[in-house]
Amino acid sequence: MNKTKDRKNSASKPPEKSWQRWFPWAVTIIMALWVISGMKTEKSKSAFQIDEFAKIPVLLGGRIQPFDSVARNALLMLRGKSRVIVADRPQEELGFLELSKAKQMPAIEWLLEVMTRPEDAEKRYVFRIDNLEVLNDLKLPENRKYFSFAELKEGWAEVKKQADPLNEKLQRKEVEEKQLTAFQRGILRLNTQLGLYFQLENSLRPQNVSSFTEELQVFQQSLAPGLAALQKMQMNGEMQPDVENGSVQAVARFFHRYQVLEQAAYPLIIPPDDPAKRDHWLNIGASLMASIRSAQISPAVWAYAKMADAYGDNKSEDFNSAVTEYRNWLSGPFASEMRKTAKEDFFNAYEPFIKSISIYLLAFLFGCAFWINWSPWTRRTAFYLLLLGIVLHTSGLIFRMYIAGRPPVTNLYSSAIFVGWGAGILGIILERIWKDGIGGVTAAAVGVVTLIIAHNLSLSGDTMEMLQAVLDTNIWLATHVVVITLGYSSMFVAGFLAMLYIVRGFFTTTLLPGAAKALSRMVYGIVCFATLFSFVGTILGGIWADQSWGRFWGWDPKENGALIIVIWCALILHARWGGLVRERGLMALCIFGNIVTAFSWFGVNMLGVGLHSYGWMDQAFKWLMAFDFSQLVLIGIALMPLRYWKSFKSPSAPRPAAAASPGLTGAKPITA
Amino acid sequence: MSNILNFFTSLRLTVACLALALGLVFIGTLAQVKLGLYVVQDQFFNSYLIWWGPAGSNFKIPVYPGGYLIGGVLLINLIAAHIKRFELSRKKIGIFVIHAGLILLLVGQLVTQLFQVESFMTIEEGGSRNYSESGRMSELAVIDKTDPQTDLVVAIPQPILQHRKEVAAKSLPFKIKVDSFYDHSIPELAGSKLLFKQEALRTSMNARNIPAASVTIETDSGNFGPFTVSNWLSEDQLVSDIATSFESRFAPNLVAPPSFKYKGHEYQLFMRPIRYYKPFTMQLMHFAHDRYMGTEIAKNFSSRIKLLRPETGENREVLIYMNNPLRYWGETYYQGSFLPNDAGTVLQVVRNPSWLTPYIACALVGAGLVIQFMSHLIKFARKRSAGSAGFQPAVSPVSRQAAH
Repeated sequence: MNKTKDRKNSASKPPEKSWQRWFPWAVTIIMALWVISGMKTEKSKSAFQIDEFAKIPVLLGGRIQPFDSVARNALLMLRGKSRVIVADRPQEELGFLELSKAKQMPAIEWLLEVMTRPEDAEKRYVFRIDNLEVLNDLKLPENRKYFSFAELKEGWAEVKKQADPLNEKLQRKEVEEKQLTAFQRGILRLNTQLGLYFQLENSLRPQNVSSFTEELQVFQQSLAPGLAALQKMQMNGEMQPDVENGSVQAVARFFHRYQVLEQAAYPLIIPPDDPAKRDHWLNIGASLMASIRSAQISPAVWAYAKMADAYGDNKSEDFNSAVTEYRNWLSGPFASEMRKTAKEDFFNAYEPFIKSISIYLLAFLFGCAFWINWSPWTRRTAFYLLLLGIVLHTSGLIFRMYIAGRPPVTNLYSSAIFVGWGAGILGIILERIWKDGIGGVTAAAVGVVTLIIAHNLSLSGDTMEMLQAVLDTNIWLATHVVVITLGYSSMFVAGFLAMLYIVRGFFTTTLLPGAAKALSRMVYGIVCFATLFSFVGTILGGIWADQSWGRFWGWDPKENGALIIVIWCALILHARWGGLVRERGLMALCIFGNIVTAFSWFGVNMLGVGLHSYGWMDQAFKWLMAFDFSQLVLIGIALMPLRYWKSFKSPSAPRPAAAASPGLTGAKPITA
Repeated sequence: MSNILNFFTSLRLTVACLALALGLVFIGTLAQVKLGLYVVQDQFFNSYLIWWGPAGSNFKIPVYPGGYLIGGVLLINLIAAHIKRFELSRKKIGIFVIHAGLILLLVGQLVTQLFQVESFMTIEEGGSRNYSESGRMSELAVIDKTDPQTDLVVAIPQPILQHRKEVAAKSLPFKIKVDSFYDHSIPELAGSKLLFKQEALRTSMNARNIPAASVTIETDSGNFGPFTVSNWLSEDQLVSDIATSFESRFAPNLVAPPSFKYKGHEYQLFMRPIRYYKPFTMQLMHFAHDRYMGTEIAKNFSSRIKLLRPETGENREVLIYMNNPLRYWGETYYQGSFLPNDAGTVLQVVRNPSWLTPYIACALVGAGLVIQFMSHLIKFARKRSAGSAGFQPAVSPVSRQAAH
């Protein structure tokens, strides 16, 4: 069958049916409604006002954040998801139907349970263990990934025995993390997870207590006489306190109990007594220890005790009134913290980047469908969805900058978000100019992939963590980092366009001369932009280095990574200007540009040396290798003789770039 | 002749050099894992050829062009091509500016490479310094202690000790014979004597090599020595390291610096990091190490310094902190590091006469790229808006028909 002929027949444009006119709008509006519906924080159906509790500010990792963020990040670190499946059996044993019907518990609800109903919480399957050797070592079933604290706590001593010496060695810098075996890393990880869980259990109130409020009342009553007795002894010059004295004994018991709690508790939940010292938050144990010195218990401790007891005893009214009371109390001196955490809580529920993935994916599918049915409504649907995606993506980016008070890129996670965003903008511009689906598909594909990468990077903890001193400079973050990341975006866009050229040209008959020429122009234009961004970004980085540690260039891996992108861009441009490559050669070079950029972005972090490294990523390395391999395969295809190309093979079929300028005619492999 | 000219002005040479440069940077990055940054800088980037030989043998062959060679050829290529094809037109102005900037950048980096001096100034809180010290190179200081008021110092830098058997200085009435020189050494206790054992060079970023040497003083009337000199014997931190590792076997006289008397003068021999003296003194008033609340993440490091310069009568306070260095006396003082327990600061001191070139080069290239690509873009946009017939959407049915 002659496909060219077929397409020709369909070419006479039929008038659009009415559904084809409204369909693109309908799909986009439905998706927009879906986004908006998620913007309201999820109302838990229970009688407890968990959503209000979720917004309460605490201090962790050097920044004020809502309880909700603590819960989400902790659960991401344990389970890799921000929800818990509610089931009485491990999820691996559930059937597909059961699994899809199972209730999903939000992170904050889970955290409350961990803090106040430990005996229920420890039956949840929240520990994800991927390493088989670790499973064998602890004699756990190999066919499962998720385990409960109840199953693991027996083995924790064993885990600790292996992890502690490793941690010591790491601390003394006798070994580096990348030198450890996968098993050793698995053990360390599990130990950290178990430690984190234990800390969470001790974050709101001590364990094994039936009523924390009553305990605090006893504590308060014993404080005055105990401290008085102690003072008297000191005045009498007695060095050893009289341990027989009952009131001293009582205080001493609390002293030991709260000392342990101070060590174990995780977030700093008690605001400073003196609002002038804004940063001096304490964890519950530390606050109680301070009470022993000051004989005063912070109102926040009382409030948390009420909440903890009420939630533990399943008394929703008491819980709700305690939460409201505490929030009212906070909103006086800590109004600005309250506003900040309310925003972040909203942002957590909004999940703009996760939602963008679905929208981009849909846009990608419609974009590809356009190349099959060539109906304008398909392309329009893809384009509108892409616009919706980019609006959502942009809003998330701006919201994040607003909450963190930082330029868009501060760490690897945010760089992934920004690479996707930059690619989206470029793709939309291309699509506006050419209206052929290519820019749209590129934007959507790069968007999906980078946001998935970002999601996986977010599993390692708080994505708004504080910045090391040398990075704590908004000027350089806003210039060097942003520009260099835009360079990555444009390289990936150019590379993806080149992939489209190869795939469409080799495997399909859709790469007509017009499309081929358009792609080639797009790629060239984007490479020009990539050169500009990468060069300026790299030099700005050098200037930053000159400003902060005294040398413009030091051949540090991250610097080298940026440099090879610049070199590669220069090579592509010169090779094209010199006529050393034509259309297909340009495409092959741009696909190799993907490898170069991926190396610069991720590869150098995996070397584990240099001032800029973010840390070692096991899984990422495998993915990077797979990506590089796929790109090499595509380059190999690009070099195949034209007779194997579906779009070019028939003798009558036009050759690529036939109508281009004299220097670019013909289609020979890379070398002229 | 024209062949040579064609070769050096060709774009193919440019592309070949760029490809080689890419390879060089890539392997130079990977090699850092094993060799460390400084060795890679010397062997890969600041060299003409990269040499390779089987481990353990002296046989070596060049396997890849080094940074100087590739950079040099690119520079010649760039300049030659521009001379040959130079024309002053609006179309080419962007290209010209870009490459002028690149030439400036490359030349500036070469000047930096040749003339930049890096050193460190370590000051304890309350203490003061009027010199900085090299982080990688040592010197043998011969100190004439005769005058109780002032010491007379003659310092012989490490490269001279490494490569010469015998050193003579005009201001010294004797020659110094270098019996042996170890680039890196560790101390060993042999009976009641402290000996130094040669060790393999350490190459990682933060590791330091501590040299040791055995020298003999040769005079007309006979020899003194041989003496063992090493930083191990002169730096407080290293001495205390020795004391800790030898525990009870350690005695202060083990690390006493060697001394001798000659012609009524008393001399001491010290091996110490190379010192660069300044005409001013820096006094550390306060060092601050701020952390984010409830974490160990450093928020900022800062050093409050009093700068005293007698010749100009300067006496002022400066604050040096992250991303905010002090530029003074042709040098730049950065917040580099700090002493254990935040007891003091370590300022990094850089003297780089061409520090401004990257700033100018960056502005030139950036402007050139913008001019060039914007003119492309404008031309492209004009074409599209002018001749819509010539530029239909690439895969629209119309263009498909047109293709057949």
